[in-house]
Amino acid sequence: MSATGIGASVRRKEDQRFITGKGHYTDDINRPGQAYAVFVRSPHAHATIKKIDTAAALKSPGCLAVYTGADVAADKVGGLICGWMIHSKDGSPMKAGAHPALASGKVRYVGDHVAVVIAETLAQAKDAAEKVGVDYDTLSAAVDVATAQSNGQPQVHEEAPNNTVYQWHLGDKAAVDAAFAGAKHVTKIDLVNNRLIPNAIEPRAAIGEYDSGTDSLTLYTTSQNPHVARLVLAAFIGLAPEHKLRVIAPDVGGGFGSKIFIYAEEVICLWAARKINRSVKWTGDRSEAFLADAHGRDHATHAELALDGDGKILALRASTKANLGAYLSTFASSVPTYLYAPLLSGQYNIPAIYCEVDGVYTNTAPVDAYRGAGRPEATFVVERLVEVAARETGTDPAEFRRKNFITAFPHQTPVIMAYDAGDYDACLRKALELADYGGIGARKAESAKKGMKRGIGLSAYIEACGIAPSAAVGSLGAGVGLWESAEVRVNPTGSVEVLTGSHSHGQGHETTFAQLVSGRLGIPIEQVTVVHGDTDKVQFGMGTYGSRSGAVGMSAIYHAIDKVIVKAKKVAGFVLAVPEESVDFKDGIFSSTATNNTLTFPEVALQAYIAHKFTGAQLEPGLKEGAFFDPTNFTFPSGVHICELEIDPDTGATRIDRWTAVDDFGELINPMIVEGQVHGGVAQGVGQALLEGAVYDKSGQLVTASFMDYAMPRASNLPSIKLAMSHTRCPSNPLGIKGCGEAGAIAAPAAVMNAITDALGHENIAMPATPLAVWRAAQKSPTKMAAE
Amino acid sequence: MYAFQYHRPQSVADAAALLASDSEAKILAGGHTLLPTMKQRLAGPKTIVDLGHVAELKGITKSGNALVIGAMTTHAEVAGSEVVRGAIPNLARLATMIGDAHVRHRGTIGGSVANNDPAADYPAAVLALNATVVTNKREIKADDFFKGLFSTALQDGEIITRLSFPIPGKFGYAKFAQPASLFALVGVAVAQTGSSARVAVTGAGSSGVFRQTAMEGALGKGWSAQSLAGIATDAGKMMSDIHGDSAYRAHLVGVMAKRAVAQAG
Ligand SMILES: Cc1cc2nc3c(=O)[nH]c(=O)nc-3n(C[C@H](O)[C@H](O)[C@H](O)COP(=O)(O)OP(=O)(O)OC[C@H]3O[C@@H](n4cnc5c(N)ncnc54)[C@H](O)[C@@H]3O)c2cc1C
Repeated sequence: MSATGIGASVRRKEDQRFITGKGHYTDDINRPGQAYAVFVRSPHAHATIKKIDTAAALKSPGCLAVYTGADVAADKVGGLICGWMIHSKDGSPMKAGAHPALASGKVRYVGDHVAVVIAETLAQAKDAAEKVGVDYDTLSAAVDVATAQSNGQPQVHEEAPNNTVYQWHLGDKAAVDAAFAGAKHVTKIDLVNNRLIPNAIEPRAAIGEYDSGTDSLTLYTTSQNPHVARLVLAAFIGLAPEHKLRVIAPDVGGGFGSKIFIYAEEVICLWAARKINRSVKWTGDRSEAFLADAHGRDHATHAELALDGDGKILALRASTKANLGAYLSTFASSVPTYLYAPLLSGQYNIPAIYCEVDGVYTNTAPVDAYRGAGRPEATFVVERLVEVAARETGTDPAEFRRKNFITAFPHQTPVIMAYDAGDYDACLRKALELADYGGIGARKAESAKKGMKRGIGLSAYIEACGIAPSAAVGSLGAGVGLWESAEVRVNPTGSVEVLTGSHSHGQGHETTFAQLVSGRLGIPIEQVTVVHGDTDKVQFGMGTYGSRSGAVGMSAIYHAIDKVIVKAKKVAGFVLAVPEESVDFKDGIFSSTATNNTLTFPEVALQAYIAHKFTGAQLEPGLKEGAFFDPTNFTFPSGVHICELEIDPDTGATRIDRWTAVDDFGELINPMIVEGQVHGGVAQGVGQALLEGAVYDKSGQLVTASFMDYAMPRASNLPSIKLAMSHTRCPSNPLGIKGCGEAGAIAAPAAVMNAITDALGHENIAMPATPLAVWRAAQKSPTKMAAE
Repeated sequence: MYAFQYHRPQSVADAAALLASDSEAKILAGGHTLLPTMKQRLAGPKTIVDLGHVAELKGITKSGNALVIGAMTTHAEVAGSEVVRGAIPNLARLATMIGDAHVRHRGTIGGSVANNDPAADYPAAVLALNATVVTNKREIKADDFFKGLFSTALQDGEIITRLSFPIPGKFGYAKFAQPASLFALVGVAVAQTGSSARVAVTGAGSSGVFRQTAMEGALGKGWSAQSLAGIATDAGKMMSDIHGDSAYRAHLVGVMAKRAVAQAG
């Protein structure tokens, strides 16, 4: 291992600029002649728009334009799309309502886009926006996912009767029913996976720019996947052909999924830029982020587990209502279906699984992928079920899990996934040891002496990352392929630019991708630059989400480097005057058994460009190669997290005392960055379990619309995390890596809730387990679980 | 934000004159309440009078049996003050519990008391310690100062200049923070002077900070956490929101009161 190659904890190259305030975010960009956009948003969850009066706003000082849904329709601007087709059980395609960039006729959630006001300055745009008069006829709102499908509920979209977008299922119902019929014990739980508001540090922003000379558009935006944004804006929304549209996503301050999607504000800034022939800038404020960024999770699930007399799992079934919000966001339909149910086998040998999911419209903000996307929801179901089943059957929860672990690979689950590699017991053993699982009894007794209730909870998670084999997702309804591209450009002096279709918004790609190049080409890491986030520089790419940038994005770079090495060896053969086949390349040096002379990588790079030692007939000059990598399988990171906590029954306050994480991410590129990803993920998962939860009132007003009421995790909510790794190599990519970006957020909620219910002695508590919720639950007496 | 005129007087007299010139003028202290509301366009004063450069409003002194804190003293200054720690140690401790480091270095005791947020920490201490709010016009006893949610005895343009805290025998403050804002979901301040006790509750009451007189009676008879056992707080007078319903808040008043007494020693 070289000091800056794969496996080294290289300090993050990008942090120099981030820590010194030199990052370059969308809002840092200002274009000549730029005007400012402010959106008039619906104050109602559900209303008919009777009339919009823009006259006073247009007369307001500095106001350049006011546009409404009628203008968008008149210009035939395409609606926002949902890029994954889901079919219902009966074979019918999902029922999606129209999603215009500015509301047409009706508003469907608080924060819905009613009009845009564009003015010379931001203050003038705000002044003018206050003067837009909107006459609403308010309607009652469908808010609660549990009841939104009932007869007589307000209808969000005419196209979707009873607010039902789809009624989807996966698995063999008959086999599952048969297994349940023969079960010795059945565990049943009802779970709510609470709605989360992403809250990346950087709010969304967009600048649309029009060049009338070339009739082309440029969008600067806070995106995790600028090429997909360009494709959608060109092919579906129809703002410009792809070759006349450039999308630039510069430094992006966190996404967690919320910046994958194509939003109305981006469409409107681009469209309006052409209309007024000026650059149009919008920067969302925190309040807008709360209201109108796509939220995450929001499932209500009933789940059951069937056991035989030996505590072996026979079957699992789950029935989920997934709140999709008021419109289908870009990937909304896939999250509670194909990103969820195929993970319901967890780490366990479960012969039969059946899951049905209703996708439901409500008068709330759209819901889409958020860190983990579907997999946290699945893990929560499986790990709560398994924990409760262990308790009900009087089995130690660790032992119960071990008894049901999958131990042979590859393993085909009954729900699509074929797990390729793993050693679940290795993670469990190590985690139990690090957590001093055996000492929990004594620690509980110590806590009890102080009047505190101590609990311990396990979460043995699995996720499907490295999203995804294109043919596989295509067969499941995805509108795109999920490969990744890379180009490795070697400069004549031997420095390297890596162009990648992945996008870094906190992950540290500028470091990890450079490590791959530094290690394989034997050049200093300072000689490598990673270029991403600009459709004019990088030809195409699928972006960053689903812990895919390592397993898929870096694999593309790996293959491009392979090609660079092949070509460089040819060049070296000419320069050394030896047969190409005799050239060896190691640690940055080209050598040959046929000569004592050697060449360094920069020397060969120079020779490739000056092209003095070979003719054009023999070899093309230059040293630049590209590759597309399409994985052959998902990757399957797994691990065991153990949470130990103490509850103060007088106040309901929960303090996490210990956190142990043992993860199997396959090979690690940069262990320090991997640990940071786990820390951040755990923080978000603890946030979901203890603190976060979007609350809408009955009328559809967002009660948790600011940090005054929406509790984000803080450092003081987290213990020091004890972290260890276990390694099984991933066979489906050349680097053997599985991905680590979402693991913590996937593992943590179940670990926390298993610990809380252990401490309380009963299962009657939902996330977020706020002090109020825990205090109430602590009033209820523990139930002594007995086998049925 | 709407446009406004910004003034930076050097004396209380100049500040008062500026405030008198515009009945809607606003005092700017640490700005940690005022500026967010202005940024969100919920407030639009045309005149802002920044007290940040009025030297006579700063400083902490012990004068006789009173601890006197200038209105423009920041929470961090109170938290770090040897004078405060010597006179009423748990008042310094209370200041460490306000918000975060940024807030404590900008927010002021005068601003906090003038604002009378029903979940703010200082009002509980001011009321329990029977402090006097000194303004450029008069002296107002704590019992007469707090008038309900965000409402005080201050008149338009009246400037708090300092707070005078009689030094008690014992003082303690226990806060249970609202998980999102970290303001007090329930905060209870207890003070003993001679044999009499005062108990003030913030965060919980539907009309803002209030005195828990049943607890005061019990502590007057015997200063110990145990003497508070069984003393209920009327849930009907408590606030209720997603972070705590009225029953929970009423319960927490009891828990926090006991902890405050234990802390006071
Ligand atoms: C993120 C955050 C967290 C916070 N957490 C807490 C907490 O945990 N506990 C807590 O108690 N507080 C908390 N605060 C409030 C903060 O500590 C300040 O006390 C509060 O903002 C008011 O003080 P200020 O100096 O900022 O006043 P400003 O915002 O400048 O003024 C507030 C109001 O008081 C008036 N005013 C100010 N000074 C005077 C004066 N001398 N005479 C008359 N009127 C005056 C102003 O005109 C204005 O109406 C928090 C604030 C923030 C932003």
